[in-house]
Amino acid sequence: MTWVLIALLVVPLVGALVVAFLRKDDKKAKLVALAFSLVELVLGVLLWIAYDPDGERIQLATGVDWIPAFGVRLSFGIDGIALVMIAVIALLIPLVIGAGWTEKLPAGRSQGGYLSLILVQEAVTVAVFAATDVFLFYVLFEVMLIPMYFLIGGYGGARRQYAAVKFFLYSFLGGLIMLASAIGAYAMASDELGKGTFDWATLVTVVRDADSTTQTWLFLGFFLAFAIKAPLVPFHTWLPDAAAEAPIGVTVIVVGILDKVGTFGMLRYLLPMFPEASKNLAPFVLVLAVAGVLYGSLLATGQRDMKRFLAYVSIAHFGFIALGIFSFTSQAGVGSVSYMLNHSISTGMLILVVGMVIARGGSSLISDYGGMSKVAPLLAGMLLISGLTTLSLPGTNSFVSEFLVLIGSFPTQPVFTIIATVGMVLAALYVLWLYQRVMTGPLRGDALIGAAAGPGAVGDPEKKTTIGDLDKREIAILAPLVVIVLALGFYPQPVLDVITPTVGATLTEVGVTDPVTVQEGK
Amino acid sequence: MNLLVAQAQTIEAPEIDYGAIAPLLIVLGAACVSVLLEALLPKHQRWAVQLVLTLVTLVGAVGSLILYATSERPEQGVSTLSGAIAVDSPSLFLWATLLVLGFGSVLLIADRSVEPGGAFVAQAAIRPGTVQDRAQATKTGMQTEVFPLTLFALGGMMTFVAANDLLTMFIALEVLSLPLYLLCGLARRRRLLSQEAAVKYFLLGAFASAFFLYGVALLYGYAGSVKLSAIATAAGGTDRSDTLLFAGFGLLVVGLLFKAAVGPFHAWTPDVYQGAPTPVTAFMAACTKVAAFGGILRVLTVAFENTQWEWRGVLYGVAVVSMVIGAILGLTQTDVKRMIAYSSVAHAGFLLIGSIALTPEGDAPGVSATMFYLLAYGFTTIAAFGIVSLVRNSDGEATHLSQWAGLAKRSPIVAAVFTFLLLALAGIPLTSGFIGKFVVFSAAIDAGLTPLVVIALVASAVAAFFYLRVIVLMYFSDPAPDGPTVTVPGAFTTIAITLGAVVTLVLGLWPTFVLDWAGTGTFLS
Repeated sequence: MTWVLIALLVVPLVGALVVAFLRKDDKKAKLVALAFSLVELVLGVLLWIAYDPDGERIQLATGVDWIPAFGVRLSFGIDGIALVMIAVIALLIPLVIGAGWTEKLPAGRSQGGYLSLILVQEAVTVAVFAATDVFLFYVLFEVMLIPMYFLIGGYGGARRQYAAVKFFLYSFLGGLIMLASAIGAYAMASDELGKGTFDWATLVTVVRDADSTTQTWLFLGFFLAFAIKAPLVPFHTWLPDAAAEAPIGVTVIVVGILDKVGTFGMLRYLLPMFPEASKNLAPFVLVLAVAGVLYGSLLATGQRDMKRFLAYVSIAHFGFIALGIFSFTSQAGVGSVSYMLNHSISTGMLILVVGMVIARGGSSLISDYGGMSKVAPLLAGMLLISGLTTLSLPGTNSFVSEFLVLIGSFPTQPVFTIIATVGMVLAALYVLWLYQRVMTGPLRGDALIGAAAGPGAVGDPEKKTTIGDLDKREIAILAPLVVIVLALGFYPQPVLDVITPTVGATLTEVGVTDPVTVQEGK
Repeated sequence: MNLLVAQAQTIEAPEIDYGAIAPLLIVLGAACVSVLLEALLPKHQRWAVQLVLTLVTLVGAVGSLILYATSERPEQGVSTLSGAIAVDSPSLFLWATLLVLGFGSVLLIADRSVEPGGAFVAQAAIRPGTVQDRAQATKTGMQTEVFPLTLFALGGMMTFVAANDLLTMFIALEVLSLPLYLLCGLARRRRLLSQEAAVKYFLLGAFASAFFLYGVALLYGYAGSVKLSAIATAAGGTDRSDTLLFAGFGLLVVGLLFKAAVGPFHAWTPDVYQGAPTPVTAFMAACTKVAAFGGILRVLTVAFENTQWEWRGVLYGVAVVSMVIGAILGLTQTDVKRMIAYSSVAHAGFLLIGSIALTPEGDAPGVSATMFYLLAYGFTTIAAFGIVSLVRNSDGEATHLSQWAGLAKRSPIVAAVFTFLLLALAGIPLTSGFIGKFVVFSAAIDAGLTPLVVIALVASAVAAFFYLRVIVLMYFSDPAPDGPTVTVPGAFTTIAITLGAVVTLVLGLWPTFVLDWAGTGTFLS
């Protein structure tokens, strides 16, 4: 079944190439891109079926030599965490393409170029999660920036140039520092084994036994890259700009998918390669994580722009994920990984819904809206559902994850956990307040009524607006997400089954044992 | 009297390994022939004949190089002409690099379609702004002496990287420098800038040569010989004055660093890069860099390897200064040629890191890494300057960055290729620039220079900003209404740009072949 993994890498690239030649015909480009992304989704499902949760650590492994002089291989393989992330990419991309179906691109840009970049982004991101060679991971980690740079810079809002360059430079710097650490690990391997290698599994066995000073330095190199990517406070400032300026579909990719590379990297690289340093520096990371929860929540509450709001919500959620990872219990670990999945789904849905709101009003300022449920009740319902799953209401998918993180972290890190719990309360505040301001009350706001029906206008404002409710396309995009949100909220077992063995293996690599007995699933 | 006769009889002509130095002889011989052709041929035939001669020479030299490299030859290399020239694996690699980069540059030099009549002026001696100058600006003649000058410079560079004693090295330095001074002053447009560049380069270059020569004198005083191996032996364990050794080393290195445009000895670089005709800038940026760093590598690893602990700290500092100057001053540039000049200063810092990466055991992991970097950087730079020469307005090349705004809308292919080259200069993976940085940095970490590597990585990130700024301008900005047009390049420029871009891509994807070749042998000591 290795071919599934290879096909997952190749199909979007082929799609990107084909779509790139359809720049003249927007409609055909959209259809072809959608078709390729649906094929990718089918492949994602096949990958899920092919993966054996109780099998080896890295499955479907495959590879060829790339630069033998440095022991660099093009090698791919997946574990439970990578599988979940690849699956969510395959799920979200068709929705992103669907959501951008009627979006107006800046003058002179074609759908072909836009969708081609999206598909390249998909291929590279899948490859990042599937790479099992540290060098290859670094290469893809940096290459991943290029299509995103053009997506933000070419198709974004007014300050897109600034946002694109900031995004690129932040991640590039982090990546370069990581490269130094990777070379350091390589040098250790070539000293110890006589022949250098970048193979992940081999490097783990070499580097994990290094003395703690070396480990600390190497850890910091990797950590900086992942902390920028994830992003943890105070390395987060690129995200609100990127999220606010990017077109809505691209925001889904940045917040929902790219950021996960950071937390994925912590689990795949930091913990197994540098167990000593991970444990020694955990308090430091936890401070950043909890600071992120509080800071992100508070700033989300205070945002006036909906897209920046989404960015800060994510920063808060990444705090939770990092808290779970660095608490070193299997419950918290499983919680974090399932949070990575659920955050992609719920925040992805929230972003898509907000995008639909913005598409109607043409403004992303919250104060331009009000009482929208009067004219768009379905849209209001969707905003509520996606909001509730974002604030982790029991019965939605995020609740399972957040609960697991908190209950799993408490035994080892009670203080941090208690502080982080405040974030849950704040989440209710910022989500419901957003809903209240945008949807409830009398219909108001410049974006909905329009300047013509200004303050002095008489008559019923509901008749003056042309804002409609969700159309069929939008329902088709949101319906699967609602189903998944509820299904995983009530029956998360399939996901947890896949994640648990990998998280267990990761914690064994760190060398910690659970303070409490592991329960199956919830 | 009898004694003198007896002595005279014992002097024998030195052994010459003609096979080994054939590429060198071909290039220098063709340069002499080329000068004669210039004198004898009628004006209208010169350009075609000179061009064919130059290209055939370069191809022939590469051919003879391949013939020699694949034949049975001593593993560690040969020393010929009484030990003046060492033909070892690094020499052969650097020669091949110089020849192929020279080939690319000659293609740019030969192009006459982008600028009618070529990028070179017909009579450089006419004072700018005079009646004669304006008359000459309307004609399409050009000085075909650029071809022999280029060949001489190339021959000098090849000698420089293979020179096994300091005196040969000095002569090679002059042979490579003098033609370059002249070439800088030959730009067809913006004559004053071009002449300023030539004078500036000449004056500062003369100073640098003097430094170099003074260093040679002091080292001779120290070791009693100008041979690199003799200096190494002398420094190996004697009670001679260290002052002579290190003063000599310092002066020598200043001369070398000047040629390599390493900061803080870079002051000439932006002005000269900007003023020189763009094909010559490409030639200087690619080939002079190779030659200078080839020389630095040989001097450091052969003559001064066992005193590395004394000088490493100094060059460490120089590398930091160079990277910082290149990266930070590059941010403030508004002219694309000056920007690439500062980028070359930053790259010189990275190359210097590779050059000083010697391990205590006497290994030099940095040699093959630096040579790979030179090859990769050379091709990228030639292609980049090739693109710069295409973007023009009525006044010649439009090098001000603001004129590049929105270029992608009008010429998507040119913008895409330039973007790719800029990404390579920034060191983004899947380009040769990344592999070059990677091998240099891993060699440096091997040699215990980790802090320097971290500084280099931060400098790369800073430098990435100014490359990105150009990409932003080309793609995300609206074009200026009276912006420049992109000239459709003639065959020569197209080949040069394609060659550079393809090599940049191929070395980024499959570097193994070249890495293996660069790592086949060490310097003959």
